[in-house]
Order: sequence, then C-alpha cells, then structure tokens
Amino acid sequence: MKHFFTILSHELRMLLVSSSTYIAAVLFLTLMGFIFTGILENYSQTAEEVSPAVVFFQLFWVPVFFMVPLLTMKCISEERRLGTLETLLTSPVSTAEVVLGKYAAAYLLYVSLWAATGGFFYILTYFAPNSSFIDVGPLLGGYIYVAVSGLFFVAIGVFASSLSRNQAVAGILAFAMLFSAIIGLKFVGTLELIKADSLSPVRGLLNYTNVFRHLQDFSNGIVDTRQLLYYVSGSALALIFSILGVEAKLLHS
Amino acid sequence: MSDSSAAIEVRELVKTYAGITAVNKVSFTVAQGEIIGFLGPNGAGKSTTMRILTGFLPGTSGTVEICGHSVAANPAAIKRLIGYMPENNPLPDDMRVSEYLHYRGRLKEISRKKLGPRIDEVLELCDLKRVRHRIIGKLSKGFRQRVGIADAVLAEPPVIIMDEPTIGLDPHQILIVRDLIASLRGRMTVLISSHILPEIEMTCDRVLIINQGRVVAAGTPGALRREFLGANRYELEIAGNPNDLAAVLTSLDPALVVEKASDPDADDFRTIVFTAPSGDLREALWSALSKDSRFRVRGLGRTRHTLEDVFLAATKRSWDATDKPTAPVATKS
Repeated sequence: MKHFFTILSHELRMLLVSSSTYIAAVLFLTLMGFIFTGILENYSQTAEEVSPAVVFFQLFWVPVFFMVPLLTMKCISEERRLGTLETLLTSPVSTAEVVLGKYAAAYLLYVSLWAATGGFFYILTYFAPNSSFIDVGPLLGGYIYVAVSGLFFVAIGVFASSLSRNQAVAGILAFAMLFSAIIGLKFVGTLELIKADSLSPVRGLLNYTNVFRHLQDFSNGIVDTRQLLYYVSGSALALIFSILGVEAKLLHS
Repeated sequence: MSDSSAAIEVRELVKTYAGITAVNKVSFTVAQGEIIGFLGPNGAGKSTTMRILTGFLPGTSGTVEICGHSVAANPAAIKRLIGYMPENNPLPDDMRVSEYLHYRGRLKEISRKKLGPRIDEVLELCDLKRVRHRIIGKLSKGFRQRVGIADAVLAEPPVIIMDEPTIGLDPHQILIVRDLIASLRGRMTVLISSHILPEIEMTCDRVLIINQGRVVAAGTPGALRREFLGANRYELEIAGNPNDLAAVLTSLDPALVVEKASDPDADDFRTIVFTAPSGDLREALWSALSKDSRFRVRGLGRTRHTLEDVFLAATKRSWDATDKPTAPVATKS
C-alpha cells in the first residue's frame, strides 16, 4: 500500500480539474437546494410530525443516481481508453493500489459534496427563530448513513468503470446497477409473488437489503452492525471484482 | 545457460490469444549495456513480446528473465528494473509536464529529496525545459514523445524498453531522440522497436528481426547483411569495349556476376552493376583498369545494402519457410 496515497492525491487532483466533477457538484447542490427549499416551504404552511432533516435524507437516492456515475465513470475506463493503464501498471504499483486509490478519491469527493449540504442546515439555524427546527439526532444519523452507504455506491461505480473502456457505457452501467440496488430491490420486496410462505427467506433477504429501512434506522439513531456489514461487505466485494476485472481484461486483451 | 550478466534473457517464449499464436518460441539474450533494435512487420509480435518483458502481459509458456529475475515469478521486482514506453506513448492529457514526471517519479519510488533534481536532469536530457509548465494535451507529437522517453529513463532503471519511440517524428526530432538513446549506451540496456530501419542501424548494436512470432534473424547489421545478402555489389562507370571489360572482370574474380549494364551515354560511358561474393574488389579492380589503356574509368563504388534489404530478405525467407507447411502459423492481424 506504499503507493496508495500517491495515487489518491493524484486522483483527487485529477477529479478537481475535471469538468464532470463540477457538473456533478452543481447539479447536486442545485437539486438538493431545491429539495430543501421545497421542504421548508411545506413546513411553513402546515405542521409536520418529523424534522426537516428526516424528509431531506429520505430523498438521498435521487442525487446518488447521477452523482456517483459522474464521479466514477472516468476512473478506470479513461485510463484504459488512453492506454495510460499500461504505463501505470508497468510501474511498481499493484492493481489493488490503483483501484483502491481511485475509489478513495471518488469517495472523498462524494462525501465532501454531501458535507456541503450541511450549509443548508447552517443557514436554517442561523435564520430560524428558534432551534426547534433543527433536530441534531436525525441530522447526524442521516449524514452517517450517507457516508456509510456511499462506500457501497461508489464501489459499484468503480466496478462499472472497470468493465468498459467507454465512459458513457460505464456511466450507464453504474446507473443501472445503482438503480437495481436501491429501487429494484425495494420494488421486488413489495411484489405479491414474494409474499408466499415458502419464499420467506427471500423476503427476509430483501428486507435486509432495503436501503430505505436502513436510512430510517440511522435517522432514528439506531446504528445496526448488520446494516454496516451489508455496506462494508458489499463495497469490499465490488472492489475485489473491480480489481479482478482490471486484471482479467489484461489477460484477455 | 543462465548467464547472470545478461540483462534480458528470453527462452522459448510463446504467447497465444484465443488460438492465435502471436509469439512462437522466441529466444534471445541481451547483454548489459547493449542497445538492441527490434524489427518486424506489423503484427509480427514485437509489441506483444515487449509487453511480456515488462510483466504487463503474461506469456503462455517459456521463461523471461530480466537481470536474473523471472518476470512470471517476481513481477514486482521486474517493474523496478524496467523503464517502459508503450506503443503510441499514452499520456494523460490534462497534466503539466513537470507534474506528470513528479507523479511518475513518486510511483517509481524515487525519494522526494532526489526527485526534484532528477526531474530537472531528465528535462535537460530530453530538451523539455521550455515546456515543463505546459499541459501535455497541448504539446506537439515530438514533445509528447520526449515526455514518454523522459518518463522511461526517469528512475534510471537498468533496462529500458521502448515501443516505437521515433514514430511520427520529423527528421530533426528523430535526430534528438537518436542522440538521446545513444547517450544511454553503456549505462542502460535499451530495447527499441521501430519501422524506421536507418534509425535502428545507426543507434543499435544488434538487431533482432521478428516475423510471424519468430525470430528470423539476429546479429549486428553488418553480420546480417553478409548472412542474408552475401555478395558485395559494385557500380562502375566506364568507357570502352564491353566485351574486353567482361574478360578483365572474370579474370579478377571468376564468380563475379554482371547484373546490368546501361547503354553508353553522350560521353560514351556505361554504368555497370555487378556483384561478387568475395571481399572488397575495388582496389584490385582500380589498379587493373587504370593501367589498361582500352578503358577510361569515371567512377567506382560499392553500394551498401541497407538494413531495409536485409529486413525484406529475412522476412521473405521466413514467409517462404512458413508457407510451405500445410498448416501455416497464424499471426495477429
């Protein structure tokens, strides 16, 4: 892991000079800003039971769909298309260091963009007449959830990028995989077909992987190690597959 | 057979891609400090062999050793011994030259303290000082090529492998790159592939010609010339009776063959081209003809076979050889 930080700092720098990062950042902050304003407007009209932070994080999956592909689609496919993967892998660097360095850079950027939304809440507390609008518990829970789930989502994006030399294909692939992991699994869980008694293990599994339930638990202040395990093992698996994917493509190139 | 002084040792290397044999039982040895030229038509397996040498691709069978370390068993050690510039010289477009070299230097485990002076040194060596703060994507091809070479020599590895370092350069830039490679002579072992044959001839100590995945010829350019083309070829401009001349020529060397004789020009001179297998005949010929009052000589010269002739002869011979069997060896198209 000698070169991990070299690659990480290089990748962060490359992400910060790349236009797709800024597109992702602007899209993300605009969208989240609109969502946040919408929520506040609702609150000003009618009384609600939960704090704005809870509603805000319930929509966390909307930006994930475009932000993660935009941040990760380039990372490996671009290297392969340009051929710089060859110079990279013939220097004393292992494939694992390359993949992990790129993953860590994309993850840091993802988390820091989310951290920027903290500004919305800061503005709210600054201007709100009393602090009852801000419930620190769900807010903190929501951010922790975003940081933990981001591990898995960004790893999915990196994996998609390792599969194709075309950035657009990698991006769409990442979108499709994220969609099936977030919405697809939830939808399958609600199917009538699954409700049969014989399929109760499947139902249990789908329940376990339901990201919306995880979010709810985190917002309520429950940090369940089983859920942590789901994200950590999922990201480990996706990263192992990306490393294997890069190496397999070399063997068969 | 294992020679610890050899920089590169390849034995019976085979590489197949999905049933296609790209490299077929290639064996060669490169001594330390030698500059070796790798020649071959497109798809001959040059790039594949180079990639296997760097450990980027695994070979199907056979052994490759760099400075005594096996590439297959110890790829991590190999990567520290090799400076590699791949075909088409891929570079990131959105970095500055000095930034790129700094990043590469860190990856190649040069300590921070030494890296700065070393980058200056390499920029000087490759004549890149003027463009050190320019963005690589905006550089001309010649500069990009030199950035690739600068990267290959950056960590001062004992072995440098460059795949077509002079492709797409103008003659002036080729000269600079050639001098650059020549300046590495003795300090580093260099393996370069090229299509530009005079280039190889001028810079390389030894040439390997590869065709259809096999080594078809190896040796110094002079030795290859003798092996594949044998005879010396002379060009004589002379005035006089051609029949008398033929008698004189055969008396000098009975094995001499006149290839062509032109018609006499306005001043009655003919240009006669002939070949003789033995050593240099020029001096004997000159003294024989200048004493003879029947002839007037205007010019006598030996035309050198270029490496191009050797290359064509060697690849043609290997095609002739492989076309004969019923199942010819397929090449990477």
